[in-house]
Amino acid sequence: MGLITRIVRSGRAVEKAPEPGPSHPGARALGGSLQIRHVDAGSCNGCEIEIGQAFSPVYDAERFGARLVASPRHADAITVTGPVTVNMARALRATYDAMPEPRLVIAVGDCARDCGVFRRAHGVLGAVEDVVPVDLHVPGCPPEPEQIVSALRGLTGR
Amino acid sequence: MALAVAAGATVVGAMASILVPRQARAAVVGLSTAVAGGAGAVAGAVAAGGSHWQRSIPDILPLAGIDLAVDPLSGWFLVLVGAVTTIAGSYTIGYVGRTGAGPGSRGALFLLPLFTASMMVVPIAASVPALLAAWELMAVTSLLLVLTEHRHHDGVRAAAIWYAALTQLGFVALLVGTAWLSAAAGGTSFAAIRSATGLNPALTGTVFLLCVVGFAGKAGAVPLHPWLPRAHAESPSHVSALMSAAMVKLGIYGILRFGFDLLGGGSAWWWLVIAVIGGVSALYGITQAAVARDIKQMLAFSTSENVGLILLGIGFAGLYGLAGNRLAAGLALSAALLHAANHAAFKALLFTGAGSVVRATGTRDLDLLGGLVRTMPATTILFGAGALAAAALPPGNGFVSEWLLLQSLLHPGANAGTMLTVAAPLAVAVVALTAGIGVAAFVKAVGTGFLARPRSGSAAAAKESPASMVVAMSLAAVACAVLAIVPTQTMPAIARIAVALNSHAQRLPGPELVAAPVSGELLTVRVTQAAGGSIATIWPLWIAVAIVAVTLIIATTARSLGRPRRRTNAWSCGEGPLTPRMEYTATSFAEPLQRVFDDVLAPERSIDVTHADESEYHVAAVRFRQRIPDRIENRVYRPILALVAALGDRARVLANGSVHRYLGYMLVALLVVLVAGVVR
Amino acid sequence: MSATVWVWVVAVGQAVLLAILAPYLLGITRAVRARLEGRGGGRVGQPWRDLRKLARKQPTSPEDASFVFTATPPVLLATSLVVAAAAPFVATLSPFAGADLIVVVGLLLLGTVALALAGLDTGTAFGGMGASREMIIAALVEPTLLLSVFALSVRVGSTDLSTIVAAGVRDPSRVFTPGSALAAAALAIATLAESSRIPVDNPTTHLELTMVHEAMVLEYSGRDLALVEWASALRLTILLGLLANLFAPFGIATELTGGAIAIGAVAFVAKVGVLGALLAAGEVFAAKLRLFRVPELLAGSFALALLAVLASAVLG
Repeated sequence: MGLITRIVRSGRAVEKAPEPGPSHPGARALGGSLQIRHVDAGSCNGCEIEIGQAFSPVYDAERFGARLVASPRHADAITVTGPVTVNMARALRATYDAMPEPRLVIAVGDCARDCGVFRRAHGVLGAVEDVVPVDLHVPGCPPEPEQIVSALRGLTGR
Repeated sequence: MALAVAAGATVVGAMASILVPRQARAAVVGLSTAVAGGAGAVAGAVAAGGSHWQRSIPDILPLAGIDLAVDPLSGWFLVLVGAVTTIAGSYTIGYVGRTGAGPGSRGALFLLPLFTASMMVVPIAASVPALLAAWELMAVTSLLLVLTEHRHHDGVRAAAIWYAALTQLGFVALLVGTAWLSAAAGGTSFAAIRSATGLNPALTGTVFLLCVVGFAGKAGAVPLHPWLPRAHAESPSHVSALMSAAMVKLGIYGILRFGFDLLGGGSAWWWLVIAVIGGVSALYGITQAAVARDIKQMLAFSTSENVGLILLGIGFAGLYGLAGNRLAAGLALSAALLHAANHAAFKALLFTGAGSVVRATGTRDLDLLGGLVRTMPATTILFGAGALAAAALPPGNGFVSEWLLLQSLLHPGANAGTMLTVAAPLAVAVVALTAGIGVAAFVKAVGTGFLARPRSGSAAAAKESPASMVVAMSLAAVACAVLAIVPTQTMPAIARIAVALNSHAQRLPGPELVAAPVSGELLTVRVTQAAGGSIATIWPLWIAVAIVAVTLIIATTARSLGRPRRRTNAWSCGEGPLTPRMEYTATSFAEPLQRVFDDVLAPERSIDVTHADESEYHVAAVRFRQRIPDRIENRVYRPILALVAALGDRARVLANGSVHRYLGYMLVALLVVLVAGVVR
Repeated sequence: MSATVWVWVVAVGQAVLLAILAPYLLGITRAVRARLEGRGGGRVGQPWRDLRKLARKQPTSPEDASFVFTATPPVLLATSLVVAAAAPFVATLSPFAGADLIVVVGLLLLGTVALALAGLDTGTAFGGMGASREMIIAALVEPTLLLSVFALSVRVGSTDLSTIVAAGVRDPSRVFTPGSALAAAALAIATLAESSRIPVDNPTTHLELTMVHEAMVLEYSGRDLALVEWASALRLTILLGLLANLFAPFGIATELTGGAIAIGAVAFVAKVGVLGALLAAGEVFAAKLRLFRVPELLAGSFALALLAVLASAVLG
């Protein structure tokens, strides 16, 4: 019975919704539903923690129609973090190719945009844009969950 | 008339096998066998339609002639055997080809029409000698046909020895049983046995058990089944089809003929024995089929399963009949007979399909097949249709008969007695579980055998079978479709069989069967009560039409929406292309099921780990081997075989090669005979 | 119009109702679950938005896949729709002259088989894995499903679902017997397994190695995926609807009047909604079983179903 008491006592953990980001032209085809596959192309995992938070009970991106899925075949968008390492470039390209059209790429974090502190580091191939076309950047090192959620809101239009 | 055509075509086929040069030999023999089968089927259909015929040919056998007669029951099985013969005969033409060796040799092609003809004589034999002669001819010709490819495969000889031993064991039991029965009845003709009265129940019970050993063994029921997966797997596929689809049915025929007709129904324990054998066969067969990786062995185990379901139906027909529940008895008998026909149709299709695969790829191992849907589309679709029927899924034909069987088990009746009240739900559980596992088994066969990427070079290089084989398989598929869509058309014949079996049973305190509990117009299968009023109804055609129509509507609507399809590599999680080695195989597919039934199947595993020379913490290779043995064979037959071998070893002391000693034996034997004669 | 025509209209209407309701039911279970987990959760209509978007997307096929892969989504949905039209959900009248229990189980199984073949057809390890697991579960679930409803048909003497449900409406006291209690428990477990819910399968898992249903559909995208997901939701609705109507047949229309059918529809939506909410709540409290513990659960439910049939047969 401990679980029931805890459910009643803690209530909802969800925070007030962050403002939606600028509406993206790809949002129309999505119609308020966005399935996301995540690709870690070589990140330090800071961005992963924040993305995880964005889908946690506190920030809860799911209430705006976004959901993480298990296969790029099911996805409308991939979130890519980190500079693209030499070893992950092929996997990133394959993931992008595996997605059905129309498909979007969301680069999350500064490393994904310009390799951040890893620029010209050993084993780094380049930014995400050097490998697959990027539709949306979420800046920050790492970006806060609110920023991620508001960027996703710009895509789902909700 | 039709039977005369059948006999003539058989003779033509047998002669042709010897005279015709090898280029055309298979075509002539196959065609004449097919014609003989077709004529037999027509004769059977006429007989099942109610016309009687009989003839005696005196002095063909020493001391006895051959009596032949047809009634609805023999007509039904004559149709099955004849139809399967037609399919297998036309299949032979392409399957054997023009090589003139192996299954195309003179001997093999000479035996084929003899085998099919002897199978057609068994159901129309009307005396004990005629039945035994045809039965033995069938056994011997099929044994020789099993041996056809003994030079090419290692397992053939072992299979033939198992088959020979078990089939002769059955024959001995049958011989003793029928001889005893004829002696007690005072005549060898079936008519004399039928009219015999006042037979001792202990005698008829013993005779029944002996006949069950002979007939159920031929039908491949557990525990007399070990020959079946071997012989079906190792023989050429047209022979496998004939054996599995037609020959095992004659075991069913024998049980019906002796149990209901000649021995007059007997008592409840007879039919309980049959039902228990049926239930055990169904479950054991399908569990083994689900984990088998040899495609033909898997089909053979599925034959055990289906024979089990048929026997379950027959057993319950007897039990219900003795309990006075005519409705359920008639239902169970209808289910059993219809399932026999259905099984003949879809198993002929499946074995010919498997034969095409074996011919094209040279392997029976499901773990090495795959990808045939692109190279052999016709075979794949036809095999898939057979699998749908065998898995008892709607709208296949297997579904209708299993539905009838379940309906009969639902109605044990209010005053059925404790045994039936408990037995019927248990039988429902057996049928349901068998159906569930059966679906998994056939998904495995189709999914790993035909779909996805080829798992070996020989599977990748497969070519579609020649047209004559595809036509033969299509014939079987058409038979399946007809049985699936208008099963009610068989009901008048089944009703006639029930009446014929009743007419004898009424003179003895035997089971009563209601003539036609299943009725319906062309497209409706309806179970009706004696009082009128339907209990349950299915519309097989409507089910099929509804599924196909709705599927087409959805598919065309969906296609009109959205964008065109794109073909890409299968998703490999971002890492290089997938290789066939990464695919699930039949073994891996069945692994969870095998785990579930670990206690029943008791697989033998061996894992060898080879370590690297430098360090035992580094593994160089791991070798995993697994074999799923037949436990009944291990537990029952191996000890007996060991005992026989040990006795044989001991007996060698008696034969030491000394002529003096042998002369001594003869002297002693002569003395014993003389003394015995004098004392008497 | 004659009564026959109206029966057809009701059947088609019932199928349409279930087809519309199914994604909302999924939305309800997700909303309840989100609420209990302290999340905000999506809207109840979100599954419909997902389906609409998927229908507009491009479908893809693996290079080695055959027609089986492309034909499966329509077949899967078609079998579910035929069951939705035939079985007694809103009214106990059916144009199929009896939605036979064995036919319904067979049709659901046919859909499962199609999906398993499609999983194998992709030629991926995950597809084969999902197909293998799904078939093992189905091999144990279908007998349970059949047996547990059979326990109810023993009482009525017919396998016609409409007759069973109608008998329950006429004589509610006979619905609550020891046999039917056992059957209800067995059917509930079978429903969870058949609709790929916790504790047998986790519909929200992202880890391929723990997947059952999801692993088979990993290759589907676009409208194919929309059909598969819709069909899955429909199957869940069908199974919950059968559970509701077999053990609580209240409100279902037994005659062909507008009022009765309206009441039947409302009662059905309410019953299925409540069951869906209960299902979601139950999932919060349970964890997924290890795959090789699942057969033990299913064998247990099979035993329960067998006991139910025996109890119904012996106790009457």
